[in-house]
This record gives sequence, C-alpha cells and structure tokens, in this order.
Amino acid sequence: MKKTYKIDVDCANCANKMEEAANRTEGVSEAVVNFMTLKMSVSFAEGADPKEVMSRVLANCKKVESDCEIFL
Amino acid sequence: MNNRQKQTLVRILVSAVLLAVLHFLPLDGVWGGWLKPALYLIPYIIVGYDILRKAWKGIVNRQPLDECLLMAVATVGAFVLGILKTGDYVEAVAVMVFYQTGELFQSVAVGKSRRSISDLMDIRPDTANLVSEDGTAEEVSPEDVPVGSVIQVDPGEKVPLDGVILSGNSTLNTAALTGESQPFDVGEGDRVLSGSVNLTGVLRVRTTCEADESTASRILELVENASSRKSRSEAFISRFARIYTPAVVIAAAAMGVLAPLFLLLIGRDPMWMEWLMRALTFLVISCPCALVISIPLTFFAAIGRASANGILVKGSNYLEMLADAGIVAFDKTGTVTEGAFEVVGVHHASIDEDELRMIAALAESHSSHPISQSLRRAVPGDLDAARVTDVTEHAGEGVTAVVDGIPVAVGNGRLMDRLGIEYKACHEVGTVVHVARDGSFVGHILIADRVKPTSREAVDGMRAAGVHRAVMLTGDRPEAAKVIADQLGITEVKAGLLPADKVSAVEQLLAEKRGNETVAFVGDGLNDAPVLMRADVGIAMGALGSDAAIEAADVVLMDDNPAKIPKAISLARRCMRIVRENIVLAIGVKLICLILSALGLGSMWLAIFADVGVMVLAVLNAIRV
Repeated sequence: MKKTYKIDVDCANCANKMEEAANRTEGVSEAVVNFMTLKMSVSFAEGADPKEVMSRVLANCKKVESDCEIFL
Repeated sequence: MNNRQKQTLVRILVSAVLLAVLHFLPLDGVWGGWLKPALYLIPYIIVGYDILRKAWKGIVNRQPLDECLLMAVATVGAFVLGILKTGDYVEAVAVMVFYQTGELFQSVAVGKSRRSISDLMDIRPDTANLVSEDGTAEEVSPEDVPVGSVIQVDPGEKVPLDGVILSGNSTLNTAALTGESQPFDVGEGDRVLSGSVNLTGVLRVRTTCEADESTASRILELVENASSRKSRSEAFISRFARIYTPAVVIAAAAMGVLAPLFLLLIGRDPMWMEWLMRALTFLVISCPCALVISIPLTFFAAIGRASANGILVKGSNYLEMLADAGIVAFDKTGTVTEGAFEVVGVHHASIDEDELRMIAALAESHSSHPISQSLRRAVPGDLDAARVTDVTEHAGEGVTAVVDGIPVAVGNGRLMDRLGIEYKACHEVGTVVHVARDGSFVGHILIADRVKPTSREAVDGMRAAGVHRAVMLTGDRPEAAKVIADQLGITEVKAGLLPADKVSAVEQLLAEKRGNETVAFVGDGLNDAPVLMRADVGIAMGALGSDAAIEAADVVLMDDNPAKIPKAISLARRCMRIVRENIVLAIGVKLICLILSALGLGSMWLAIFADVGVMVLAVLNAIRV
C-alpha cells in the first residue's frame, strides 16, 4: 500500500534526512521525500498499519530535523 | 513571504538596528566590563534564539552535525573569545544576523521558484458548478461531483472534469494540456477534457469521471511524481554527500585538534582558539545544501517547463536520457504522417476533376470502407443518395453502380481488368481508385497518407539538437515508406515490420549505439507499447486521453505535433547543462572556500557565503531552465 502525505521542511538536506529517517522506520518498505512538491510518499510493508507506522515515522523525522512536519 | 519568513525578517532588522546602536555607545569598562557583553546578548538572542534551540535539540537527539549546532558553537565561541580576550562582540551577533539573512533569502527563493513552477502546472480548477435537477448551478469542489452529473462551465473558466457536452457551443483552448494555443470549436456531443479553458459560450457537460481520474489530475500526478524518479546526477549527489560529510568532519577534527597539538610538539604557540574557529568555519562551509537542492530543483523546473509545453516527462531520469539521445527511431503512420488516408490527387482525368470525384464518392457512398470515407471527405457538402442506384459491391475490387442514370465502375485495377476496361496505371505510391463511366476509363484518384506539416521541421530540429541517426520503422510497404522518408530527408528506413520486428529493430539500434548515447523511440502509443518500453526513452504521441500510451511511455507528447520531439530534446539538454553548472559551482566554490579556511584565510563571513550564497546562486541558476 502506498500513501502520500504533505510535509513541511525548510531545507533540501533536511528533506533528505527525513527520507533516510522514514526509510529506517519499521513498517516502511520505501519512503520518498519530494522537497519540490513538499510531499512524502510512503509504501508500507505487508500488514503494517499506516496510522501507527506514520506516527513512528513522524517521531523519527522529528529526531533528525526538529522543525519538520508531516500532515497526517 | 509567509508568516514565519516575515517574523524572521523583523527579527533580523531589529537586531541589526540594535547592533548599530550598541556599536556607538561607550560601553567599555562599565560595570567591570560586563555590561557590554550583556547588552550584546540581547540582539544575539533576538536573531538567533531558534538556532540555539534547534542546536540544543540536535544534541538531545544525537544529530551532531546539525547546521544549527555549528552556527551556535561558532557564535558562542566568538562571544567567549570576546569576553576572554578581544572585547569584541560584534562578530558573534553579526555572523548570526548574516546567517539568518541568508537562510531567509534562500527560503524565499526556493518558495518562489516552487510556486512559479507550480503555476505552470496550474491546470486543475478548485471548483465546479454542479447543476441540480431544477437547473440551478451550485459551486462545489470537483471531488464532490459524482460521475454522470451535469456541470456548467462558463466562459473564461477551466473545465473541472472530463465529460461530454450536453448543450452549448464554444471554443476551447487546450494550451495548458497540449502547449498548443490554437483554440478549437466544440458543440453538443463532443468530449471535453478537464484543464481546457472555455473561451466563448456557456457549456453544460455530463461528467464521465471522478475528480482524481480526470485528465488534469492525472497529468498533475504524473508531473509531481516525476521528480521522485531520481536521475543519475541526483543519485551521484546523494552518494557524494554520504562520503563528503564524514570526510569534512574528519578534516575539521584534524584541524581543530591535531594542528594545535602539532604546534605544541614543535614548541610553538598552539593557538587553540584560532584553530577551533578555523575548524568551525570549515564545518559551516561544508553544508551540502546547495548541491542537494539545486539539482532536483533544476529537474523539477525542467519538468514543469516541459509540461507547460505539452510534453510530459515521467521522471528526471528520462530527462537525463533524452538529453543523451543520439539515435531516434520512429513510427511512420500517425507519427510523422497524419494517419488518415486522404485524396491527394486526381490523374489522367478526361472529365472535370470535381465531377470525377463526385462520381467516385456517390458510387462508394453506401460503403463503410476507409477508402470510401476518404472519397466522401474529398467532396464538399452532403451527398444526394437518390442519384445512385443499382449498387453492387465487388469484394476486394470496388463497386459498380448507376449514377445519374449512367453506369459507372469505381475500383482497383482488378475490377477494370475484369470489366475489360483499359486504364492507366499510377506511378505514385498510394491506393489508386480507377473510375470508368459508360464503359470507358475517365481517370483515377490517388489516396495516400500525408506527411504532417511539421514533420520535416521535426527531423531537421532533431539533427540540429545532436541526433545523428534518424531511423523510420514502419509496418507499411517499402515503397510507401520510401516516399515519406524522402520527403523528410531520412535515409534509414526499415519497412514491412510487424510489431515484434520493431522491437528487434530497436534492440539492434540499442546494440549499435556509441558510448553514453541513448536510443529514443517515438510512436503513436496505441500499438507501439512493447517498443516504447524497450527503447531507452519511449516517446508517445497524441496521447491526450489515452491511458495505455501514458502508461507505456516515458515521455508523453500531449498532442500529435512531431515538432515537440526536438523541443523536448533541447529542453533536456539545457536542463543537463544547468545541472552540470550547478554541480561545478557548488562543489568548486565550496572546495575553494574550504581550502582558504584551512589556510586561515577564511572567516565566518566567507563560510556563510559559501553555505547560503552559493545555494542562492544555484537556485537562481536552476530556475533559468
């Protein structure tokens, strides 16, 4: 399953950091952050609950870039 | 500017003014020298409190190389240096002010370019006028319009959803979809696509799809997702950043620790503070932001620009491959030719040419064969069916009939042979329709596919853009292909190919390509799907509204104008040139600044220029595409 979320982040490198953090999160099979459109599209692993996974993705992203936001 | 940016601007101005005022106050020595740093702390906190907060959070979350942390350490370091030694606090505050100014400028520039590119793709209206049972229109979001409802589109509005016109006549401009600004007329029963602009009349449209499946939404989704398919250059930048960042950190650590230790060992002043500042400067310079933003931004801008021209590029990687296109293979029918068979000439007519055409059209008027339809299109007005009687179709040969009381025969050479009528053969390529009246030959009509008016220009344009081989692949007969190729100035033709043969022909071209160049294939997208997939870059043409083509192709030309091909190639080339410029600019300037700062010639000012200034330059360069 794939879902796209709107995000807010200031710089391109921070967006890359968010992408890495999201990809490290359990339950995410692939995450792509598009800084230009300010969107994050996440493919979830089999059987994962997007809501629960996304809250962890957000927490992980906040860790690497405190100013970022994902609109869930 | 958004609120946050405005707020930052105010903070920058306030602290800059405070800084200037403090500079002129005689503060040295007051309160044992402590008043001065205390007062300077005010503008410093005003302009930099968020940086300090983020730096702290970075430490808590163990993100040691946060840019904010670097800035915080550098400026706090300068403050401490001021207290201990120099008594100068201007640098600490000024560096922070300068840094924030740069960040603000960068964020405004990026936001602006993001918006200007999005404006190019602003094809989806936010509202639809839903017409209810009693005939009144109500403004709703396109998402809330069910399939099969009736919407009203007023002049000047964009069509929000795909549909079929129920009532009304108007002129539509599809420039946003196709890049072609030629408006065209529509009336009852015609299909309209979302994203086109209604120019003249009020239209009532029955919708045929939901909002997210409409043409405008699909195009937008395609373009927005395109920048997620990363190109080789972007992959290179990511890899580079991964090696570069640790390398810079190690270099900085060596500078901050090993250099003074070495000086200490050889018995000289270790200058701890000096080397620490150098190391910090070095780290500030090193931020790879200019690189990581300008490259994707360039691709994004190019993709946006292309879509404004009716060229959809499905990924940055395809833009890159398109720029390297050295061999372009293309289909004939429907790609460089109109794909519709038209009367192109009347030869050897012994009666009036118009009359000859009329006889042929009348005789064939009961047939639905494509040739008959071409004949019918060649005469003006409606046909008077009462003039024709006794029609007999001769399968594979033609028809005989009685027109205006005179027996006529209209068909190919076989029909003439069988009827024992002598006829003149045609030396041109195409389908020949012989016409005989009252048992004798009165001339023949040539029906052929026509080259599109822009095809020649397209082939010349491709050559000018650096394509060294243009190859025509067609299922048509060699003679017919040759005629078209000659008109276009193409020497390489492979004719008589089945769809599978086209794939192997493209595979052969792939095997023959030189170096980095790529093979592009241009087709009409309907029956060329396997070839489109096999080529490095598959370009589908005239794909407006055709899902299959959009699916199979890498680059989609929204209308069927072949002149878009060279345009797409040169746009891709320009994009790649700017990408290379930005790589050189970002890495080159950084490298120079890094070396300068390592030699002690740099300063925090230089560092901020290298970080933010280079980024702004690269962003401005990117949106030139």
